[in-house]
Amino acid sequence: MGTSLKEDDIERQKVLTVAYRPKVKYAWATGIAIGRFLMGLRAGEILGTKCEHCGRVVVPPRTFCEWCFKESNTWVKLPDTGIVNTFSICYITADTTRVKTPLIPAVIGIDSTTNAGFLHLIGGVKPEDVRIDMRVKAVWLDASERKGSITDIKYFTPLK
Amino acid sequence: MYSLAIAHMQILAGLFDIVAVEAHSKVSDIVDISPVYDLALDPIYTRPLGLNANFIVGLEMNRYLHTSGATSQDCKKVVEKNRRNAISNDLAIKSANSKSSNDISDSISYPLTRNDVAPLADGAAVVVLAVEDAAKNLRDDPIWIKGAGWASDSPTLETRDWDKATYAELASKQAYRQAKVRDPAREIQLAEVDDTYSYKELQHTEALGLTSQSSAHQMLGQGVFDLGGRLPVNPSGGSIGMGHTLEMSGLVRVVELVKQLRGDAGKHQVHDAQTGIALAWRGIPTASGAVVVLGNR
Amino acid sequence: MFVKKRVAVVGAGLTKFVRRAQETGKELAFEAVRQALDSCNMRIQDIDSVALGSAPDAFDGVHMKGEYLLDGAGAWRKPYSRNFVGGGTGVFSPIHGWFHVASGLYDTCLVVAEEKMSSCLPHPQAAFLTIFDNMIERQLGPNLIWIFALEMQRYMHRHKIPKEQIAQVAVKNKRNALDHPSAQIARAVTLQDILDSEVLAWPVQRLDISPVSDGAAAVILASEDVARRITDSPVWIDGVGWNLDTTYWTNRDLYFPRYVANAARMAYEMAGISNPRKQIDFAEPYDPFDYKELHHMEGLLLCRKGEAPKLTAEGVTERDGRLPICPSGGLLGVGNPIAAAGLMKICELFWQLRGEAGKRQVAGDPRTAVAQAWGDLMQIGTVVVMRS
Repeated sequence: MGTSLKEDDIERQKVLTVAYRPKVKYAWATGIAIGRFLMGLRAGEILGTKCEHCGRVVVPPRTFCEWCFKESNTWVKLPDTGIVNTFSICYITADTTRVKTPLIPAVIGIDSTTNAGFLHLIGGVKPEDVRIDMRVKAVWLDASERKGSITDIKYFTPLK
Repeated sequence: MYSLAIAHMQILAGLFDIVAVEAHSKVSDIVDISPVYDLALDPIYTRPLGLNANFIVGLEMNRYLHTSGATSQDCKKVVEKNRRNAISNDLAIKSANSKSSNDISDSISYPLTRNDVAPLADGAAVVVLAVEDAAKNLRDDPIWIKGAGWASDSPTLETRDWDKATYAELASKQAYRQAKVRDPAREIQLAEVDDTYSYKELQHTEALGLTSQSSAHQMLGQGVFDLGGRLPVNPSGGSIGMGHTLEMSGLVRVVELVKQLRGDAGKHQVHDAQTGIALAWRGIPTASGAVVVLGNR
Repeated sequence: MFVKKRVAVVGAGLTKFVRRAQETGKELAFEAVRQALDSCNMRIQDIDSVALGSAPDAFDGVHMKGEYLLDGAGAWRKPYSRNFVGGGTGVFSPIHGWFHVASGLYDTCLVVAEEKMSSCLPHPQAAFLTIFDNMIERQLGPNLIWIFALEMQRYMHRHKIPKEQIAQVAVKNKRNALDHPSAQIARAVTLQDILDSEVLAWPVQRLDISPVSDGAAAVILASEDVARRITDSPVWIDGVGWNLDTTYWTNRDLYFPRYVANAARMAYEMAGISNPRKQIDFAEPYDPFDYKELHHMEGLLLCRKGEAPKLTAEGVTERDGRLPICPSGGLLGVGNPIAAAGLMKICELFWQLRGEAGKRQVAGDPRTAVAQAWGDLMQIGTVVVMRS
């Protein structure tokens, strides 16, 4: 059992179907830590936090160190440079349609942190030239365009 | 409360000595909770009817009032009792203690009115369970899990028992058997039961055997379930008084029982309580719930 | 830990895995449960409790999916609960079931896993958007494949693994699946087929990925005395383990799943296994993508870090090799209805350890095996050790 249907069976209405589109809206509170991180991005800065117990400096910042399970209240301004920890060259969108210009998602390890970083995109370079451990720097939107979002950084680009 | 029951089994199995159980509600992040409930309805039989999920509450409330003889006035009394209890509860939501209204525009799905619905709230709760030896090392006054049970009646509206909270009955039978409770009405001194909707408190109290079928509203009227009564129900104020924290509400009921059984409930303390019962319901459109019996001896 | 009660698997059932099933999730669950009960001559009345695992509600499109499925899962008027840990769900479900019996509160527990991914249009992949952080990741326009591509890239880079060695896993598993009755589209592929397949997000290509599927699985657990009355050959769950790493996945080095290793250590300790490389006869690690089998072999401490591709190339992990890996055909070969796929691996262990795996039976006389799943945001390892 597991009666197999083909896409065709549905398109040609060989079976009855019911369609439904959920409409659920959220207004997420950014919380203490990410709220401040986003404000930092709007001001053109990458902020992190330091755990005074274990000494780890991390980004994205958090109000508690999940290793020590203690509050983390020390905020640090981080450089907007780092290295490519890992990357990919993506030719498809979320619903699997193909795009001409691939996106280059990457985990950027931010300088002066304890092996911490965040997800972002790499730009201003040919996909085939991207390497793990490549040094990169953030390319920011103009101050007037920044609104407190991860996209206030357009992408990270190789440091010459 | 399901998580608590699972953690309990992990400890009984000998897998762990100490387990932390966490639940939280961040319902304020949801702009409108109605479409979330609608998404829980059967996609083929129920959703195409285009009804707001609260209709299920209306159907069940109507049936309950019809079979038990309870009235909308009795439901109002539940709301008043719980709001009153919540005034002495520091953790309760500081929402409007608004007067009950008879305005027809308050009707959500007859006979359910806005007054009957516990207001939503954010929060977090953590309970730490420990195996006997560890528990005795950590505290002088551990509160013991005497019994735990849970059960599900039909998820399908069309084949469900609309008269009573069968899931609560079945769950309590398991818990009572483990706790060796034979006569709950006599052996239980306080109860914290789900009151997401006012009539549910009455329905649940009966399903737990704390009072006979259809008699809850009479007991309520006689003050039996009041804070100073013979068997206080929802001394915390329940969800109606404290605020409804969705999946967390079961754990809130447990925390209240623990405080009560430790003698730590401050201004809403029930005196000389030894054994308490807590009931959680998974909310619409489910017919599922869990029960836990706690004791301080 | 001191685990007092022994728990056995006494029956198993599995539906066909298909891309798009006509059956509803309830009907798929019913079919798997019916087969499991029939396999050991039990009736639903003999079942004391039910534990169901199912991955994101978004696939079936029903919020509180566990509640919706329960009547199909045989849980009407029984103690019933649902577990969900993303892709780790399928192998966590028997652990969830194990709690019931090992606690002494229930003699039997029916474990069910169901997934109906085809309901989500245009492609269930899109439902995964919500796995990314709602405040600082979704805005970048990510999709599910990114996660795998980023992890795969890091793993390949760290150990200098050529793509060919990774693709070999897909060749093996798809071939193994030809012998699995539930396999979705059992079709052997060549190494070249995989290397020629469309690049989705480098280094991930289309044939590196397991097929999206609908399906359900069920196993029946029983306490020792009850198990021995039901069957002559109970298969014991001797070790359970699970471990969750931080949600801040960008602060972890993805080349090694340390949370899988932690989960494995927990399960091995319980099972009295001190040398998994020698004491495990075969394994069913989670293989939603080909590189994951390798990643997880290392996470399960079945070989050194970076050694898994070499073992595969040498044929060690074939059915007739020294350490068969995914003799079932895995997710790559049989299909990937998320939770059901994980429980399918438990079914495979059950059948193999009883000598009932037919054409898929591994060589030698396997006594001890391990199954593993992985999920959430590359966060959880769930591990079960079974013995005949």
